[in-house]
Amino acid sequence: MTDVWLIAVMVLAGLIVLTLARLFAGPTPPDRVVALDTVNTLTVASMILFGVIFRQIVFVDVAIVYALLSFVGTLYIAKYLGGEIG
Amino acid sequence: MINHDYRCEHEGIEQYVPGDDVIPFIPTAVFAFAVYLLLTAGGGDLGVWSPSELLMGAVLAVIAAAVSRNFFCKNRDYRMANPVRWIILAVYVVVPFFIEMAKANVDVAYRVITGRIRPGIVRMQTGFTTDLSVLLLANSITLTPGTLTVGIDEETNDLFVHMINIRPGVEEKSVVDTGDINAWFRFPAWIRRIAE
Amino acid sequence: MIVDAVILIFLAVGLLFNTLGVVGILRFPDVYTRLHAETKTTTFGTIFIGLAVVVYGVSRLSGSGDGEYLTFTLHTIIAVVALAFTNATGAHAIARAAHRSGQRPAPAVVDRLAEVKEE
Repeated sequence: MTDVWLIAVMVLAGLIVLTLARLFAGPTPPDRVVALDTVNTLTVASMILFGVIFRQIVFVDVAIVYALLSFVGTLYIAKYLGGEIG
Repeated sequence: MINHDYRCEHEGIEQYVPGDDVIPFIPTAVFAFAVYLLLTAGGGDLGVWSPSELLMGAVLAVIAAAVSRNFFCKNRDYRMANPVRWIILAVYVVVPFFIEMAKANVDVAYRVITGRIRPGIVRMQTGFTTDLSVLLLANSITLTPGTLTVGIDEETNDLFVHMINIRPGVEEKSVVDTGDINAWFRFPAWIRRIAE
Repeated sequence: MIVDAVILIFLAVGLLFNTLGVVGILRFPDVYTRLHAETKTTTFGTIFIGLAVVVYGVSRLSGSGDGEYLTFTLHTIIAVVALAFTNATGAHAIARAAHRSGQRPAPAVVDRLAEVKEE
């Protein structure tokens, strides 16, 4: 069964690389934030899968913290783009 | 005390109520303790928690409540302390919301593949009065078919909704009703039961 | 065996929708339609990946009775719930920021928010 989880993580990694194309291509800053948000979501999914592969709960704990912190980051960038801070 | 006076000065309508600083402490502490129990379940021998963990959780919940009670119960609105509302919320998330979400994904998948879109931003009337119900509706329609919340009119609680595929004719209306979104279930009725 | 099949199906559905979301981000014409693809499909796909992990955790929990698997399952559920909630709110924040920074929906039949701002 470990192979299945590994393949899933590899597919997610491939998707992250594809999303990076949008991150670099832009064309506007909000587009880049959308791509960044997608990368964050996919990273959380892969962290949960890593928790299964290595049988370590700490991966899932990190995934929770990563989800919440990336949300704060997204909000901060969005506030900056909207001209409310900075 | 400082916090309380600040609030009164700015809103100008509230009177000082004895115990106003103490009552928010209880729901905040209970909520913090519940979250702590959820996070540490399965780690001990006393049932699923160990005694030292329970003690530590109680201490942390009291500290968290002391720090954040004025933030957590900002409006002094305790209607969510009713467990029936939480049960309705759980049913709402698992049944109508999840079905609509599955539908939304098939819909977006269809539009990704075919590229047939007709987007625009419409104004949607909600008729809600509390912040929590507007938040629930905004998040619900962001994750359900063809709609994405862009903005909010803070005075009337109307939402500005970006729709990916506006049906011909709907864009003529100046204010759109919640019935015009593509949903099988009536979200406003559910949310009124949860948070109004 | 049935458990393995269920896990496989959930993983496949999750990966399928995540892939569709990424394709949507690459294909759609403007930031709002891209947000549609991003929020709905990646959240749904990640919920299904989480469900696969939950099924795995519950099957191991009932097989071994080890408390670690209970923690594992609960934490996965918390991670997925936190992700679903923050994704919706984050999408709203990005859409609002995009509109405030002057970006208009590029192909659009109507834009009531811009009309309100011009008044």
